Amino acid sequence: MYRLIIALVLGCLLYSGAHAAEDPLGYELGVLAQTKLTKMPAQIDVLVALDDDRVVAVLQAMLDGRLYRRKADDTLFIGEPGEDKSLAITDPLGVTGDSVAPATDFKRIAVNNRMRGQLRLAIAQLNLRSDDEEQRFLAAQELLGDTSPKVIALLEAASRSESSGRVLAVLADARALAALQQDDANLRYRAVEELSGNLQPVVLNALQALVEEDAGGIPLEPDPAVLKRARQAIAGIRQDAEFYSNVETVFFGLSLGSVLLLSAIGLAITFGVMGVINMAHGELIMLGAYTTYVVQLLMPNHLEYSLVVAVPLAFLVSGAVGIAIERGVIRFLYGRPLETLLATFGISLILQQGVRTIFSPLNRSVATPDWLSGALEINPLLSLTYNRLYILVFSLVVFFLLVTLLKKTSLGLQFRAVAQNRAMARAMGIRSAWVDAMTFGLGSGVAGIAGVALSQLTNVGPNLGQAYIIDSFMVVVFGGVGNLWGTLVSAFGLGMANKFIEPVAGAVLAKILVLVFIILFIQRYPRGLFPQQGRSVD
Amino acid sequence: MNIDNRTHRNPLFVPFAQDRWGNSLLLLLLVASVAVAVCNLVVPEGSPLHVPTYVVTLVGKYLAFALLALSVDLIWGYAGILSLGHGAFFALGGYAMGMYLMRQIGDRGVYGNPELPDFMVFLNWQELPWYWYGFDQFWFAALMVLLAPGLLAYVFGWLAFRSRVTGVYLSIITQALTYALLLAFFRNEMGFGGNNGLTDFKDILGFSLQDDGTRVTLFVLSAFALALGYIICRWVTRSKFGRVLVAVRDAENRTRFVGYRVESYKLAVFVLSACIAGIAGALYVPQVGIINPGEFSPLNSIELVIWVAVGGRGTLYGAVVGALLVNYLKTWFTGAFPEVWLFFLGALFVLATMFLPKGIVGILQRKWSKN
Amino acid sequence: MTMLSKFKTAAAGAALVGASLLGSHAAAAEDTIKVGVLHSLSGTMAISETTLKDTVLMMVAEQNEAGGLLGKKLEAVVVDPASNWPLFAEKARELISKEKVAVIFGCWTSVSRKSVLPVIEELNGLLFYPVQYEGEESSKNVFYTGAAPNQQAIPAVDYLMNDLGVERWVLAGTDYVYPRTTNKILEAYLKAKGVDEEDIMINYTPFGHSDWQSIVAEIKTFGGKGKKTAVVSTINGDANIPFYKELGNQGISAEDIPVVAFSVGEEELSGMDTSALVGHLAAWNYFQSVESPENEAFIAEWHTFTSDDKRVTNDPMEATYIGFKMWVEAVKKAGTTDTDAVEQAMIGLSVKNLTGGMAVMGKNHHLSKPVLIGEIQEDGQFLVVSETDDLVPGDAWSDYLPVSEDTIADWTPPISCGNYNTVTKTCSGQNF
Repeated sequence: MYRLIIALVLGCLLYSGAHAAEDPLGYELGVLAQTKLTKMPAQIDVLVALDDDRVVAVLQAMLDGRLYRRKADDTLFIGEPGEDKSLAITDPLGVTGDSVAPATDFKRIAVNNRMRGQLRLAIAQLNLRSDDEEQRFLAAQELLGDTSPKVIALLEAASRSESSGRVLAVLADARALAALQQDDANLRYRAVEELSGNLQPVVLNALQALVEEDAGGIPLEPDPAVLKRARQAIAGIRQDAEFYSNVETVFFGLSLGSVLLLSAIGLAITFGVMGVINMAHGELIMLGAYTTYVVQLLMPNHLEYSLVVAVPLAFLVSGAVGIAIERGVIRFLYGRPLETLLATFGISLILQQGVRTIFSPLNRSVATPDWLSGALEINPLLSLTYNRLYILVFSLVVFFLLVTLLKKTSLGLQFRAVAQNRAMARAMGIRSAWVDAMTFGLGSGVAGIAGVALSQLTNVGPNLGQAYIIDSFMVVVFGGVGNLWGTLVSAFGLGMANKFIEPVAGAVLAKILVLVFIILFIQRYPRGLFPQQGRSVD
Repeated sequence: MNIDNRTHRNPLFVPFAQDRWGNSLLLLLLVASVAVAVCNLVVPEGSPLHVPTYVVTLVGKYLAFALLALSVDLIWGYAGILSLGHGAFFALGGYAMGMYLMRQIGDRGVYGNPELPDFMVFLNWQELPWYWYGFDQFWFAALMVLLAPGLLAYVFGWLAFRSRVTGVYLSIITQALTYALLLAFFRNEMGFGGNNGLTDFKDILGFSLQDDGTRVTLFVLSAFALALGYIICRWVTRSKFGRVLVAVRDAENRTRFVGYRVESYKLAVFVLSACIAGIAGALYVPQVGIINPGEFSPLNSIELVIWVAVGGRGTLYGAVVGALLVNYLKTWFTGAFPEVWLFFLGALFVLATMFLPKGIVGILQRKWSKN
Repeated sequence: MTMLSKFKTAAAGAALVGASLLGSHAAAAEDTIKVGVLHSLSGTMAISETTLKDTVLMMVAEQNEAGGLLGKKLEAVVVDPASNWPLFAEKARELISKEKVAVIFGCWTSVSRKSVLPVIEELNGLLFYPVQYEGEESSKNVFYTGAAPNQQAIPAVDYLMNDLGVERWVLAGTDYVYPRTTNKILEAYLKAKGVDEEDIMINYTPFGHSDWQSIVAEIKTFGGKGKKTAVVSTINGDANIPFYKELGNQGISAEDIPVVAFSVGEEELSGMDTSALVGHLAAWNYFQSVESPENEAFIAEWHTFTSDDKRVTNDPMEATYIGFKMWVEAVKKAGTTDTDAVEQAMIGLSVKNLTGGMAVMGKNHHLSKPVLIGEIQEDGQFLVVSETDDLVPGDAWSDYLPVSEDTIADWTPPISCGNYNTVTKTCSGQNF
């Protein structure tokens, strides 16, 4: 006892500021600052039990890794790292005002997984009475499926004072889930009724638990009516689940297709329109991804705009490198398409080693802006991830811009004229050398744009390009060389095929089957899906 | 050498008189194989003339690659078929040999199973899969070295040439072929050892692979195979058959209109080339001691086309020179300039294609003809 | 020009090439001890291996500053096997035969080690292999300073099971020998612990797999069955970033379904946007965040050596560090760099590891190591959440695999065998 008192006194003293003594939260925070990681869960419970509105902010900061301990006096602050290793700190007790201090004076309070779970639940419980409707909704969702008496009581209390419809709906679901455990068969029946058609995984699990059979084959649910209704409900949910899973696969296929489209479309121009087999195409994609990395390095505080800046910049960087390749090497090799393959293979080796020397062989970290993270939740069974959704839209935008450029502008007209009949185009006064350089630059620039998109999906490293080059060639050849629409159809078609075979055959076999299909298809239709019309004979 | 009437009738002998470069090459191979055998086995270690075993296997590997390059030049240089998947035939030949060597390990494996290779024991395979039957016999494996690549080439070529897939389309689907095989051989379920491939070989026909004598024998065999391959390719290309191939290369449709069955010619030479590539693979595997799916990598196949281009396409000996040179440079660069060697190699490829359209033998020929 | 003169020229050229192939080892001075470095500096594995090359170079420089070894300076011989497995064997042969190195530090992937193994054994070289691997091997000429499966996978699973209450398991890996072995061991281990067949999901993907949508969706469904689920990931290198990104985007957080990885360390994290990874786990024998005087010194030296105070350290670097220190000690003890003498001197040797303990070389050529479980933090470092009380000796042959449960490795007399069957009392599968 004596020791305890000393510890208490010491604790109070250590926790500077006169307010500590009369503010229980201040005291408990002081204890928290000195608690070891393993003992922290208990201290979090103590904080929650204080029933103090300021606790939510502390717990949230802890969860987000924004809670800091000042090394000098073990005081806790909510901090926000700023420029030049500074930290904008807020006193969670609201006594001292906000200020900025050097980050080196502080140490972040580390939390582990189990505490994150605990914090999330604690915050949800406290947030049930938040003033913000959105917060209450999220809190109710977080607590859904928790049938401990304490939480049920909380939910009951919350639903009495709740006014928002959607929060009430979630609360009702939560209570219905709890009611499945009731002794009264009527209550259970009504609960099943209420839950049928609800797609939350917890609901399906709870219903499944109801109809589960024991070792003797006798269902755990004694009442036949409830049992029947529960089975019906499960069948209904299963049917929906299957439907949404198919929708999801379609989305996956479209998404893979959009990646293929982006990586192949630049090639469709350089290879399809110009007849240059550009093995360095993958490395031009890689340069685009590295451009994104550099842009993020240069503007660390404006990550959300970094991609918007990176897209045109990557186009310019890769485009410039492309023009340099065309002027420096390829123009000497026109009419010898297979030799462009060999020369550009050499260039791809040089570019790879180049980034390895400049940026190190390690992968570089490219951050995902907030607006690209997370998923668009359509219902509990179907959510579409934002990054893939945006990339899908982005790929289509790039595609249609290119098509318009080629079909509607005079530049595009010149491109096509040179591609179809170089000699005649020259005779008509088109500077074919200039057009060649521009076409190759355009194709390369588009590859750079693809690199920006891919930096959001995969590694940014020296090997990035190699991973996509073969797939890109397959897409272009399958679609029909020289036909952008063919590339579009082929990219999405192959993406879909891959994703529909994958659940059945596995990822590797799916890829092999698609390749075999392409080989056989080309045997049957040697010029791809949409062969270029023309009378050219070799 | 005199050209008499006999050589005019038989194309097998014509070239000897007209192919000074090839003759030099053949002679060099002969001299080299004898010299290496003697310098490694007879000359004592420590003598400046001693050739260490390390060099023997290294050059043996180059020779296998040279044979592979020869097979590519046969179809690319003479029939205009640019295969970007020729590594697949090489690897198949290699796997056939590897499977034989694997069975030769017998119960000396890690798990001591007399029947199953280690990786199968480990993956709980109960019995040998059917496609491994027969590989304990050398003659069967040797047959498979020819048949596996030959058959694949036949089926693939029959489909492709019949439907007149040409030019870059053919190149790209050969690439798809080797890529698909790469992925397939990576799968552990296939029963070819997955990513690790086949390794830890002990002996071949009862001779220990770690024995210097065996190594030199393999080296000499590689040199002979290369010489023989060269003679066969030369014979093929100088015969009437070869003339038709060149016609196909230069004007496929015209050749067809004249009345030749172009696809049959192409198919025949494609299969022959695949078989030669398979033999190259079979010689390569015991000398390097491992075969794994990496050999199917499309990048390898592209690189070997570059050997031919660097050496000089359509000359046969150019392919040999190119393969030897590029591989020697790779060995040198990776040891001497480990950090930047890819710059050198890349630049070599770019410069060679830009400034040496006829490859290295092109300049040499020009220089020599001036003298 | 006559035929003869042409032959002369050609022969001269061949002789020139031959001379350079033979190398200049005759001219090499005998007053240095050569240390071979066999790590890929280009190709797919350069991402991981380049760092280890730098580590060895740093250790060599440090040793030279401290006066060298046996009165001689150390000289590092760096070659690039370019992520090409047959080239590994060729370069190993070059290092031993031509460069006459005393020891090789090298290899990362299992296949590169398997490729090098026959060469090292034939030429009686010495290889230090610094990466966690699948076990089922013990060669007289190789010292394994990375973790065996029992030093990484099993403690990690124990942690998930006992501390996090995980009941359902996804074993996801890249399709090659290390994940296959680890998953087989884990499957046997989990079943022995009473886990149901249907509570284990095993999934293999190819190298560099980048489209994880379907698989993550499957994991999500698998984990939505009401039981606590975890993913044990043996996914290799490049495939990890898209995997974690997809997990994050599909809304799977570390609290819902934690992922414990055996191939994701500080260096891999330095190339990732870690925001989606916070809370996921990794099991290693070393973390940069461990506080010990040795580790602080090591990190400081690394930062000086690379002139970059943001460069991270990782587990294979520590394994290289321990291996190098041990080799130096063994050479001092043996008084020579002769392979056989050093090999025997190595056994039983102990040096300080970087986490404040001792690393001991076992008779089976594997190290004793502590096992640490760490949670990924936002800054790309790990927070240690669990640590084994004692050092875990590396087990060359797994006790959980029926094929090797009776096998042990012991390189001391009278057994002197890396593959000794304790039931039949025989030694098999050895070349020497």
